[in-house]
Amino acid sequence: MPRVLLMVGTKKGAFLLDSDQTRRDWSVRGPFCEGFEVRDVSFDPSDGALYAAAASPWFGPAVFRSPDLGATWTHSSEGLTYGDDGPKLTRVWNVTPAHGAVYAGVEPAGLFRSDDAGTTWRHVEGLRQHPSTPEWGPGLGGLILHTIIPHRSDPDRMWVGASAVGVFETTDGGASWTARNRGVRQGYNPGEPGEVGSCVHKFARAAGTDQTLFQQNHCGVYRSDDGGAHWTEVTGSLPSEFGFVLGAHPRDPQTAWVIPLTPPEKGRLMPDGKAAVWRTRDGGGSWERQSNGLPQENAWLSVLREAMGVDTLDRPGVYFGAQSGQVFASADEGDTWREIASYLPAIASVDVAVIAG
Amino acid sequence: MAEVRLPTALVTLFPGTPRRLDLAGATVGEVLASLDALVPGIHDRLFMAGPAIRDHIRVFVDGEAAEIATPVSPRSAVDVVLAVSGG
Repeated sequence: MPRVLLMVGTKKGAFLLDSDQTRRDWSVRGPFCEGFEVRDVSFDPSDGALYAAAASPWFGPAVFRSPDLGATWTHSSEGLTYGDDGPKLTRVWNVTPAHGAVYAGVEPAGLFRSDDAGTTWRHVEGLRQHPSTPEWGPGLGGLILHTIIPHRSDPDRMWVGASAVGVFETTDGGASWTARNRGVRQGYNPGEPGEVGSCVHKFARAAGTDQTLFQQNHCGVYRSDDGGAHWTEVTGSLPSEFGFVLGAHPRDPQTAWVIPLTPPEKGRLMPDGKAAVWRTRDGGGSWERQSNGLPQENAWLSVLREAMGVDTLDRPGVYFGAQSGQVFASADEGDTWREIASYLPAIASVDVAVIAG
Repeated sequence: MAEVRLPTALVTLFPGTPRRLDLAGATVGEVLASLDALVPGIHDRLFMAGPAIRDHIRVFVDGEAAEIATPVSPRSAVDVVLAVSGG
């Protein structure tokens, strides 16, 4: 029987939540990576390893690896540096295994690659050699590379996203990059939107294609049907253009989930103190509010950019975690929800893996 | 050889590492390089690019605040301490 593993990164380490495919009962393990702030935890299906993107106020940034689903962990930051004369690397924000390598997105924004399962790292220099680099500036969360989407079949092709900078694509293994922000509003910029300066919060690839991408931006929700070359706004009826997370359905390219939040000046909270996830079934053409089982009174929750996961079971499960430590789960694509953990530290990330039994 | 004393939180990251070790080196940097030779990877937990001691790590030699270049004698005690920080 398949096992469902929910990987939760928090301000105070990582936690693992285990269930079977019914997703009714969950057990919590952790904390792992104690003392480290964990911004992302990923599962590598090629070898069953877990990777955690971590940083400690004392010991600096590191990528942790567990070869045995959390029983034991090692860590390394060898090579995670811009050099003695470069900017100081402060945090790892994303770790993504793909095509036999592991990629790490870091702060200040940049991309690193490991070809030995996270033991050593090398800088993918081409990204920070993009001509726009002098224009890069931090958002409130910092100058962070938080999203990495490798192409499904082409190991030389990849998209990355950095807050207040935008989406970039490489087709040559990281040697050169193209900004992919056309069509995305920059409401905080009084001039015309620039090639960069787009505050992407999270983007995800639609099922079964490398052409369709969904993006939750500081300024709305967008879809691209040409690999990011052009974006079309699909914010539509959402109660706020602002939000962080975005989850895509594993098989239906028209289905995705977002969690609208109040704008920054109003706190980045669930609108009206009523928790809700919003789902589209038509590629962003329309949105439906999903709140059955979520708290609807004084629920001033905030959900950060990495804190939504979608599993791959026949009826996909959707999960999100709040900065106030709750994890909510739906085993029916968001139709109904349950709180499955209540008192974790501030949650930064939620990822999920279905592991063959 | 200087006596080096390490914080629990640091040695916990490297299972099997003792909290007290006798290590060679004429400066703090050299002593902690000797430590890294015994415990690969521990240098990256204490130093950042520059190289510089991490912002929230403090090193003392014979009770006095020290930097990378601070001299260490064979009879010195080198304490690596976590700064009061976090939340």
